[in-house]
Amino acid sequence: MAEVTSPAMPRPSSRMAKRVRALLSEPKVIFGGGFILILLILAIFAPYIAPKDPLEQDLMSGTLPPAWIEGSDPGFLLGTDDLGRDVLSRAIFGTRIALTVAFVAAGLAALIGTLLGLLAGWYGSWIDKVISRLVDIWMAFPPVLLSILLVAVFGSGVHSVIAAVVIIDWTRFCRVVRSETQAQARMDYVTAAHTIGFSRARILFSEILPNVTPVLIALVSLEMGIAVIVEAILSFVGLSVSSDTPTWGGMIAEGRQMIYQGWWVLVVPLIALFATVLAFNQLGDGLRRALDPVMRR
Amino acid sequence: MSVSDNVLSARGIEVTYGAKRHLFGPPGLGIKVLHGVDIDIRRGETVGIVGESGSGKTTLGRALLRLVDVTAGSINFDGRDITHLPDTDMRPLRRRMQMIFQDPMASLNPRHTIRRILVEPLLLHRLASDRKEAERQVAAILERVTLSQACLDRNPHELSGGQRQRIGIARAALLKPDFVLADEIVSGLDVSTQAQVLNLLKELSRDLGLSMAFISHDLSVIRAVCDRVYVMRHGRVEEEGDCERIFTAPASAYTRMLLDAIPLPEIDPHWLGRESLMEEVPAA
Amino acid sequence: MTSPLLSIAGLSAISDRDGGASILRDISLTLERGEVRGLVGESGAGKSTIAKALLGILPRSVRITNGSILFESRDLLTLSARELRDIMGSEISLIPQDPQTALNPGRRIEAQLTDGLRLQRGMSSGDARRRALKLLEEVHIRDPERVLRAYPHELSGGMRQRILIAAAFALEPKLVVADEPTTALDVTVQKQILRLIRGLQEAHGTAVIFVTHDLGVVAQICDSVTLLYAGKVIEDGRTSDVLAHPRHIYTKSLISAGPRYDRPNAGLTPVPQAVFEQLRREIGIPEGGR
Repeated sequence: MAEVTSPAMPRPSSRMAKRVRALLSEPKVIFGGGFILILLILAIFAPYIAPKDPLEQDLMSGTLPPAWIEGSDPGFLLGTDDLGRDVLSRAIFGTRIALTVAFVAAGLAALIGTLLGLLAGWYGSWIDKVISRLVDIWMAFPPVLLSILLVAVFGSGVHSVIAAVVIIDWTRFCRVVRSETQAQARMDYVTAAHTIGFSRARILFSEILPNVTPVLIALVSLEMGIAVIVEAILSFVGLSVSSDTPTWGGMIAEGRQMIYQGWWVLVVPLIALFATVLAFNQLGDGLRRALDPVMRR
Repeated sequence: MSVSDNVLSARGIEVTYGAKRHLFGPPGLGIKVLHGVDIDIRRGETVGIVGESGSGKTTLGRALLRLVDVTAGSINFDGRDITHLPDTDMRPLRRRMQMIFQDPMASLNPRHTIRRILVEPLLLHRLASDRKEAERQVAAILERVTLSQACLDRNPHELSGGQRQRIGIARAALLKPDFVLADEIVSGLDVSTQAQVLNLLKELSRDLGLSMAFISHDLSVIRAVCDRVYVMRHGRVEEEGDCERIFTAPASAYTRMLLDAIPLPEIDPHWLGRESLMEEVPAA
Repeated sequence: MTSPLLSIAGLSAISDRDGGASILRDISLTLERGEVRGLVGESGAGKSTIAKALLGILPRSVRITNGSILFESRDLLTLSARELRDIMGSEISLIPQDPQTALNPGRRIEAQLTDGLRLQRGMSSGDARRRALKLLEEVHIRDPERVLRAYPHELSGGMRQRILIAAAFALEPKLVVADEPTTALDVTVQKQILRLIRGLQEAHGTAVIFVTHDLGVVAQICDSVTLLYAGKVIEDGRTSDVLAHPRHIYTKSLISAGPRYDRPNAGLTPVPQAVFEQLRREIGIPEGGR
């Protein structure tokens, strides 16, 4: 059917406004993103929001149940552990480590993996051979062993946890991005860019990267969830930050010991962990849907 | 006729796909797609390259544009041998040899706006002194291909197939090339849209003095736009000549078979039964 | 006076996905036994939708709002799933558009050809195999033994289409719906396939609904033709009449818009905007709407 313009198309306002509107109308972004935002606020303003000092022990108030159960103290909303430390405050402070690891580790892993994946997928030949071999060999290392090694070398602390996640997971990004880059490189719009006379480097970053980004967003949000869990696992086995700083993994480890006396010490950080990972996944999914011009109808 | 009359000229083009190079020993056998093709495209003319699937017509087009490596033969663009020209030397030349693709959905970056798709090449080749000048030229070409300015802020998938194809044509024309390769550009379009696109192509090529190679499997479309035609078969040129002659008195039996296989919108009770001696019953 | 094999009356359908836009508008057509009718139109005209409605494979987003499809006096739209299953494949069958995707890449040809024979006719595998061989010979496939043992990817497009045609005629249906069966093929292969379909159709007395956008194909193998635009029948009649004396201006423009290898100036006159505007007025589509 002949036409000059598609009928019934709304006049587009600025691209930024369009993006913001798209983001805000996607429920997954609102819920996932909203939850992460709350966590961020909790992490940044923890000292002001948390009702008690997370490290303060009060043996007189040990193992108190959460506020809605008999025998509790309203000052400790979610109860206390066996050393009388406020579970709620510890959980709030725990967001600091969790989010730091999530953003920094996932970000770095994404950066390294994506760059190498793009290069391998686009330039091919020996660059691809070298990087692919590297990935293959790297992935053969047992991750747990690697983490323990790192902590032994760098000492315990957030930096070790971040290093562990980055060093293990960059390969995941590299493989996926390489594969997606190769797929895009076969498309005619890449050939078109070639015929127009763009340089190879320009085509990679200007034409191909935007089309690899949706996959990347999904992967990064997934990775953030993984990073949080890895941190929890490492602090569960005592390989993370020092025992002073409260972490969800540490709380789970402690809670495991007293699960019959005080189940809340285990359950609260568990729920926090679960909700956070879920939020990251939802956010990633929602971002992809809202921002990808191809996916929006 | 002097060589300088040719904008693009190729001799003995051979293309082999997938020849594997082993670490030790001789290179493995690939599939030879073109077996020594000669082709000339003169200034201002539209040359058709027609053939069935597997004829090598698409590969020939890409070889001429140096998108595919030739394993033998030579390609001459405006008197200059470009057969083995390195990438850095090819790039400035590319402005003068453009391509329009079959599937505009695949040949327009789905994540760019139309504005970006049209403006960037102008800036790259410095055909516009600044962004404003580039946008002015883009606005002009949009009018020329009868598309509304509202297209500029859209992404390709928001336009119809015919509109996308006109963007593809606009993109090629914007750079004011000497030569344009049109690769099956109307193959997926409705008859009505097809006529519009062909018309546009003819007008533009006349206004800009373009030389064109028009690849198609459809002989009827070739007749509508081309001056001369090359009939390809199994990687070789089966026959070549002026459209007038080829379509009225084809020399090759293969060309005759191709023409005969086309059903015309007029009842011909003998058409179906008429078997060409050359017909290959598929042996798979 | 025998009643027609197929009689579609007042068929209307809308698309839930496009906010209730009309896809079919009061479609009526008839098909006699052994008749080949072309269903022509540009993309979006509704020809594929009608074919799918005939086969009972309309997508869920398309809803039939009115009308009937009478096949041998039974309304297909009112039959149960079980009754439809009995008809499809044995009395009404399909030649699909894309030979690449219509065959299961993981199964040999023999299995795919004999499925229907064994399920619908209760044949033993030995009998079914023999019948399959005969079918392959009927579609002029040399070395049918080898083809039976082959997987789809080992065969050419033209070969695959022949197999699909063999499958369509396997159970001696009364009606075959051919959904653009030659669109994906080279023009020389197309001619062979068209010859094949016509030959089988004449030999078995099968009626065919031939969906296509190519008026040339219609001219050469269809006895009658129905031309559609935006889901409405614009012109309908014997092919010779419609092509030689088109009544509607759209039909006329469409015929002259097509390129012809025997006419240097054909193929460059698009259907005028005025014709489309007239069509929209006649059908009742508001400006910018569906």
